[in-house]
Amino acid sequence: MSSVATSRNSEGQAGSLPGLSRPKLSNSAGSRSARSRSQAARDNRNGWAFAAPFLAFFLVFLVWPLLYGLYMSMTGKSLTGANDSVIGFANYAEALADADMWHSLGNTLYFTVISTVPLVIVALVMAALVNVGLPAQWLWRLSYFAPYLLASTVVSLFFTWMYNPQLGLINDSLAKLGLPKVAWLNDPGVAMWAVVIATLWWTVGFNFLLYLAAMQNIPAQHYEAASLDGAGAWRQFFSITLPQLAPTTVMIVLLQILASLKIFDQVYQMTAGGPGGATRPVVQYIFETGFTGYRLGYSAAISYIFFGLIVVVSVIQFLITRRRSA
Amino acid sequence: MATETLTRPVTSTPTSGAGRKTGRRMTPGRTVVLVVAALLAVLWLVPFAWATVTAFRSETEAASRTISWIPPSGFTADAFVKVFQDGNIPLWTWNSLYTSAAITLVTLVISALLAYALSRIEFRGKKVLMTVIIASIIVPPPVLIIPLFYQMVAMRMVDTPWAIILPQVIHPAMVFVLKKFFDQIPRELEEAAVMDGASRMRIFLQVILPLSRPILAAVAIFVFIGAWNNFLWPFIATNDGSILTLPVGLQTIKSAYGIQYAQNMASALLAALPLILLFLFFQRQIIKGVATTGLAGT
Repeated sequence: MSSVATSRNSEGQAGSLPGLSRPKLSNSAGSRSARSRSQAARDNRNGWAFAAPFLAFFLVFLVWPLLYGLYMSMTGKSLTGANDSVIGFANYAEALADADMWHSLGNTLYFTVISTVPLVIVALVMAALVNVGLPAQWLWRLSYFAPYLLASTVVSLFFTWMYNPQLGLINDSLAKLGLPKVAWLNDPGVAMWAVVIATLWWTVGFNFLLYLAAMQNIPAQHYEAASLDGAGAWRQFFSITLPQLAPTTVMIVLLQILASLKIFDQVYQMTAGGPGGATRPVVQYIFETGFTGYRLGYSAAISYIFFGLIVVVSVIQFLITRRRSA
Repeated sequence: MATETLTRPVTSTPTSGAGRKTGRRMTPGRTVVLVVAALLAVLWLVPFAWATVTAFRSETEAASRTISWIPPSGFTADAFVKVFQDGNIPLWTWNSLYTSAAITLVTLVISALLAYALSRIEFRGKKVLMTVIIASIIVPPPVLIIPLFYQMVAMRMVDTPWAIILPQVIHPAMVFVLKKFFDQIPRELEEAAVMDGASRMRIFLQVILPLSRPILAAVAIFVFIGAWNNFLWPFIATNDGSILTLPVGLQTIKSAYGIQYAQNMASALLAALPLILLFLFFQRQIIKGVATTGLAGT
C-alpha cells in the first residue's frame, strides 16, 4: 500500500542514478572503489527505506507508548485529568505497599505454576500418542487443536455454562458418578483450578503441535538402532524421544510461562476476578486501576512492575537458549 | 501427514520418522494408545458437543434441571433465529473479518520489507536496529494498554477501526521468522537480476517473495488467528456496539442475554464457526504454519 509505494519511489531514484544501473565488470581499480562507495551509500538508503514502514509503526505504537507509560508512571495522571504533575516514584512506593497489588501478582504467579505443568505434560502425552502412528491423523489434530482457534470469550461461554452449579454438565456428571457437586466458579479454593481446566482445554493444542513437530524431526535411525537392541516402545520413549525433545521442552515451558503470566481474558470473563478477588490476576488489576479507578499514573506504575517480572523471565529464557545453542 | 515446519525455502526431503510408522499391524500396545487417544479426543470434543445440543433446544429446556443430551421435545433452531434477528453477530463477524485482514496484510508488508533489509542489505546502523527489534519481542501487550489508550484518545482514534488495527501490526518475532527464511534463499538466484540492473524492490518482489509463499502464508495464518481472537486491546479501544469485534461483542452478549443459555451457546458457536471451517479446509497449512511460527514466540 502507501508504505510500499514510498519505498519503491526511493528505490527507483537510486536505480536511476546515471552509470549505476549497469556496472561494467572490466572497470579499473579506481572506479571500482568509487563504485563500491556509491554502492555502500545506496545500500544505506535502501536498507533504511525497506525498514521505514515497519519502523514508523514500531516507533508510534510500541516505543512511544512504552516510554510514555514510564513517564505516566511517575505522574498522578488520571482519566479525569485531575493531577498531571510529576510525583517521582510515589506510585511505585504505593504499589509496593499495596496488598491488592501483591494479591493479584500472587494470583498471576499461582495460575502460571498450576497451568504450566498440565499444559506441558498433557501436550507431551497427546503428541506421544499421535506420533505412534494412529490411523485418521487428521481426527486427532482436529480434536486436540481446534479449541486453540476459539476466542477467549467463546471458551468462557462454553465453560461458564458447563460449570453452572445447578444446570451444568460437569456437576450433573459428578452427581451421576455419586460425587458431590462443586461450586466451580464460586468457591475461592476451586475457582482458579476451574480457570486452569478451561485454559488447558483451550490452549494445550498449541503445545501439542509444537511437540508433534519436534517428535517427527527425530531421525528414524535412532529408533531403528534401539529396536535392533531390543528396546520396546516404552523404553524408546524414555531413552530416545524424551532426551531428544529436551530443547523443545525447555522452549515450550518458557513460552508457556510467559503466556500464562499474561493471564487476563478467561478470568475476567468467567469469574471477573472473584470470588472476593481470589482469581484476579495482575493484568486485571492494571485494567481496573486505570479504567475503573481512573488512576492512569498508578496503573502505569503497576504495569512496569509487571513488565519487570516479564523481563526477568525473558532474560532467564535468553540465557538458557543461548547456552544451548553455544 | 507429518507436522513439518518451514525452515527452508526449498521443500527438503523430511528426515522424520513419521512415514515408517504408518501401516503397522494393531498390536495390543497400539490398541491401548488408540483407546487413550480416543478418550482424550472425546473429552476435548465434549464442550463443542454440549454447546451444540444446548444451542439447538428451547430456552426453557436449556434451563431445565433434568440434564439430557437429547431434549425431550426435540431440537429447535429458535436460538439461532433469534441471534440472527438480533443482527449483532453478523455485524461483529464482519468487523472481526476486515480488521483482522487489514492487520494481517499490513503486518506482512511491513515485516517482509524489514526482513528483506535485515537479510540482504548491508546498511549503517543495521546491528543496532536488529538488537532493538529483537529486544522489543519481550514487551508484553498488557504493559502498553494504559499509555496506548491515552494515545488513542489524543489521536482521536477511540471507537474507530484504526484503534483496533494500527497497534496490532507490530510483530517483531515474525520479522525474524521471515528473515531466517530469506537467509536460506540462495543468493545466486538474485545475481542474474542484479546483473540486469534490477532494483532492490524488483528483486524483492520478483525473486524473494514468490519463493517465500509458504512462510508468508504461515506468518499470515499466525497473525490472523491472533488478531481474530484478540480480546484485551479491542475491548479497551472500543465501546461503540457497531464497531466491536466478535470476541468483545460476545462479552456484552453475556450480560445482555443473562440466562438465555441457548442463545448464548448459539452465539458462541456462530463466533467459533469461521475459524473452525477455515481449519477444516486448510488443516495442513494451518498446522504447518503454527508449528513453524509458534516457537518464535508470540
